Amino acid sequence: MALVEIRDLTKVYYRDSQQIPVFEGVNLEIEQRDFLALMGPSGSGKSTLLNLLAGLDKPTAGSITVGGAQVTGMSRRQLAAWRARHIGFVFQFYNLLPVLTAYQNVELPLLLTSLSRKERREHVTTVLDVVGLTDRADHFPRQLSGGQEQRVGIARAIVSDPTILLADEPTGDLDAKSADEILTLLQRLNEEFSKTILLVTHDAHAAERAHAVMHMDKGVLSR
Amino acid sequence: MKFARLVLVNLLRNKRRTILTVLSVAVALFLFATLRSVVTALDAAGEVGSEARLITRSATGITFALPQSYYERLRAQEGVRSVSWANWFGGVYVDERNFFAQFAVDAETYLAMYPEMRMPEDQRQAFLAERTAALVGRGLMERFGWSLGQDVTLQGTIFTGDWTFTIRAVYTPDDPSFGDQLFFFHYDYLYERTNRRIIPGWYVIQLADPAAAPEVSDRIDRMFENSSNPTETETERAFNTGFMTMWGNIGFLVRAVGTAVFFAILFVAANTMMMAARERVGENAILKTLGFQDGLLFALTLVEATVITLLGGLLGVFGAKVLFRPGNPMNSFIPGFQVEWSTVALGVTIALLLGFVSGFVPAWQAKRLSVVQALRRVA
Repeated sequence: MALVEIRDLTKVYYRDSQQIPVFEGVNLEIEQRDFLALMGPSGSGKSTLLNLLAGLDKPTAGSITVGGAQVTGMSRRQLAAWRARHIGFVFQFYNLLPVLTAYQNVELPLLLTSLSRKERREHVTTVLDVVGLTDRADHFPRQLSGGQEQRVGIARAIVSDPTILLADEPTGDLDAKSADEILTLLQRLNEEFSKTILLVTHDAHAAERAHAVMHMDKGVLSR
Repeated sequence: MKFARLVLVNLLRNKRRTILTVLSVAVALFLFATLRSVVTALDAAGEVGSEARLITRSATGITFALPQSYYERLRAQEGVRSVSWANWFGGVYVDERNFFAQFAVDAETYLAMYPEMRMPEDQRQAFLAERTAALVGRGLMERFGWSLGQDVTLQGTIFTGDWTFTIRAVYTPDDPSFGDQLFFFHYDYLYERTNRRIIPGWYVIQLADPAAAPEVSDRIDRMFENSSNPTETETERAFNTGFMTMWGNIGFLVRAVGTAVFFAILFVAANTMMMAARERVGENAILKTLGFQDGLLFALTLVEATVITLLGGLLGVFGAKVLFRPGNPMNSFIPGFQVEWSTVALGVTIALLLGFVSGFVPAWQAKRLSVVQALRRVA
């Protein structure tokens, strides 16, 4: 059984009485330890699929199962708790809280767990070491470069050891060198730490790092 | 407690705005505590005074004196145990801003009638024995740093000239509402220095039976009804209450000002919280993406608003409490004026309520925030 199973997924947005279909009958399976890239033009429905997979949005029809849990049937409250435990989200623009240090940003998801302060410190220190930012723990986002900010964002996404890592254009705001470092880091997380990753990107070069590439165009998903 | 840091960093995110909001709440609650204390002190002052003592004054007005001959006629009334009298002096000590009430009294009969003024027996005897002696409230002694045996000179306004008194006794009232900033001296001294042109301002009558007050009052006023100086007699408590109503409808004024202030500050605090919440729509969406529950974000926003108003509230009401502690200069105008603990508790409750009301809408918005729509604005 695949880690992620998407069956006949349909999403339609409504604007007044007008229906705006995003995609219809999408099927997808992602295996454990897979590293899948999802490409496609703007407005093709990539981010919508990612949001549905993360439980941030509700599908119009169809089902999503992650690790045996039926995501589409959960309430808002259940989804939040499930997301905290199973989803690691990496944003294009990092989305770190500017008033918190790198350490405090990474610690955020752990505040939702029952871990003690000491245990939280151990987890945060470990992931900051994995992303190579131990010496920047006390720096605020404004004191970091774009590449460093994104590495903090990745550390935050993996600190609670989620089931799947969802990365939405993680290199979209970075220069070539930083983008390469981030892709290498994602690749390492997949290979060394067995993280399952779904990478949404416009960049064919970035997609090459994945095991497989899917294309989404006008709501149709294809290999 | 692990979320306290989040609240703290958000409060310190825009320090100037937070400080200004805290100060605006502090000023409002200071005003509230002060105005409410005026009302409670006036109410208490209206309650002070015995039901067993009557005040007989001129029916024309309190500033008109009464003939000395009334003394014997009042004493002769059935149901009257003793009679004393007093005059308003209206002197100035150094500067007009140093206002305090001064009374010329028939010392022996007056002190016998007011056992609530506590003083050592030797001081009482020293005051009674010396014609230029003064009896001073403890609060007034502390206010001007006076000491026993010190000479104090008042400049007369009604009775012109410099009047020097020697402080021979210091009283402490049983009830703070009686006031500890009063100044008493001998009527005889006033009588002699004004070449015997002074007559009693009002009479104080001790009744044998308080229940007889209406009947005795009525009888006294009827006795002088057709004289050239008709009287108005009432219990001391009724007299004090009437005196306090001369301030106007303070209760209504305080409630009106208090309500206006409450809503003005509510809008200030609510606006601050709305601004802070608007700035953080994206961050709240990110927190929700990380798994923060709707209820947790609601609570964090509400706590933030409440911390602001509570800080302001504590600053305001405790500021008023410290400034208007017992013996403060306002006691000269309103005896017993101080910020009671009940006012402090009410002020803190209002501050908490203010925080809840001002924070509710932004907290609700944070709770209902659509992550997908909010992320489109930041992602």
